[in-house]
Amino acid sequence: METHSHLQVRDLNVFYGKQHALKNITVDIPNRSTTAIIGPSGCGKTTLLKSFNRLIDSVEGVRFSGSVLVDGEDILDPKAEVTHIRKKMGLLSQRPSPLPMSIYDNVAYGPRMHGLRKKKELDEIVEHYLKEASLWDVVKDRLHSPASRLSIGEQQRLCLARGLAVKPQIILGDEPTSALDPMSSQRIEKHFSELKRQYTVIIVTHILRQAKRLADYVIFLYLGELIEAGPAQELFDNPKEDLTKDYVRGVIS
Amino acid sequence: MDIRKVEERFFECLMVASTVVILLTLCLIVGTIAVRGLPAMNLAMITQTPKGGFYLGKEGGILNAIIGSLYLASGAVVIAALLSLPVVLYLNVYAKKRSRLAALTRFSLDVLWGVPSIVYGAFGFTVMLLMGLRASLLGGIITVALLILPIMARAIDESVRMVPEHILEASYALGATRFETAFTVVVRQSLPGILTAILIAFGRGIGDAASVIFTTGFTDSIPYSLFRPAATLPLAIFFQLGAPIAEVKERGYASAFVLTVIILVISIASRLISRKLTKHVVR
Repeated sequence: METHSHLQVRDLNVFYGKQHALKNITVDIPNRSTTAIIGPSGCGKTTLLKSFNRLIDSVEGVRFSGSVLVDGEDILDPKAEVTHIRKKMGLLSQRPSPLPMSIYDNVAYGPRMHGLRKKKELDEIVEHYLKEASLWDVVKDRLHSPASRLSIGEQQRLCLARGLAVKPQIILGDEPTSALDPMSSQRIEKHFSELKRQYTVIIVTHILRQAKRLADYVIFLYLGELIEAGPAQELFDNPKEDLTKDYVRGVIS
Repeated sequence: MDIRKVEERFFECLMVASTVVILLTLCLIVGTIAVRGLPAMNLAMITQTPKGGFYLGKEGGILNAIIGSLYLASGAVVIAALLSLPVVLYLNVYAKKRSRLAALTRFSLDVLWGVPSIVYGAFGFTVMLLMGLRASLLGGIITVALLILPIMARAIDESVRMVPEHILEASYALGATRFETAFTVVVRQSLPGILTAILIAFGRGIGDAASVIFTTGFTDSIPYSLFRPAATLPLAIFFQLGAPIAEVKERGYASAFVLTVIILVISIASRLISRKLTKHVVR
């Protein structure tokens, strides 16, 4: 993890058909820290997150302009290698989405696809990342049973291990705790707060308190526009914009 | 009494009655075949080829037709599966959701599904004549493959469409290509549906008489070449039941019984297999 990934967004516009979902977003995501994207529902948080790994490609009728630079490479360039971009980012979605295979195969899926075949190495990777997601002790005796039999919270941790196993530089979390019970949410949050030591973490959340707990840097979106972005402390304690003030105080939501 | 309660009772009775009709129909069919066929049933029926001449004979058995039908249906299922799986994966993973081509393909498959099997038979026969071929096992396999292709493709399609979007996204997010996603994730997730589709298609293929009458022909010997005619169970039943001799007619019911048992055995076996193969499916 020596490489310095730097994520820069320049004049990003995203349209879904006629709907203008993101308007002229320009922002730099700081390295090795946690950035929270906050804002009311439908403000474009998830769209922004998904444009980082080009998952918006699969949305019907989507158009975008501007650029998202990862290590200086524009990933929105139609010629960009999508699989290569996505490998650099681990995604944790709202609901855990185990693949229809065993626990072992879920974690090994990414490495295998990217060319790793040796069983011994795969075994090591699976063990390492399951430990990283503190799931190893729970599943070490049933690695080959279906991933879908795990509890929802365990599934989300499995998805975390699976995402880390492709050795990304950036971790994207799309409200990763919203489907979980309070205990499981806490565990995932704890993982996120540790991840920033090694990764650049970007998390979408509609829970202000979660953003306050986790974030070093905050991006506030409102109706597709970037209203304010800055260090968390500053943005929460001394918001410059009135809209941010209102949102942080809970006047608008 | 309250009118709504009467209504409730009335429709419940109606539904139960319909269900009973369906179950009774199945029982009656199996019962009839068993009652009329079992007396003529013996080991020779399933271990020997026809003997004793006239109209498939009173002696020997229908091993020629059993083997022929199994070859025919298996070959057709393999060809149909090789064609329908790529089509379905294309429609669901590659094509855009509102793509015109996808809509047109689904519509065509639905139309083909409705084409009567005798039309497939006539079509296959015409093509074979043009190419200078005669009735053969291969001709039958291809014709039946075309007949069951729409059934299989649409049935697989229905199950692949149910694969949740978030599973695909998870695979893409890990850097998988659409090909990798299609053949590992999508196929695994929809395996029960795929197996059911193959089974339905097999049942339809092995039971159809009209499509094979011109294309496959009939013979008393066990098929040994793709380019020679082959016997099939539906045609054996057809000829036997049409025979003016009582013993041969009874053997027709025995043949029908054999066909039914084959389909039953395959249904049960595939269900057992699918239970083994599908433990990883995400529900």
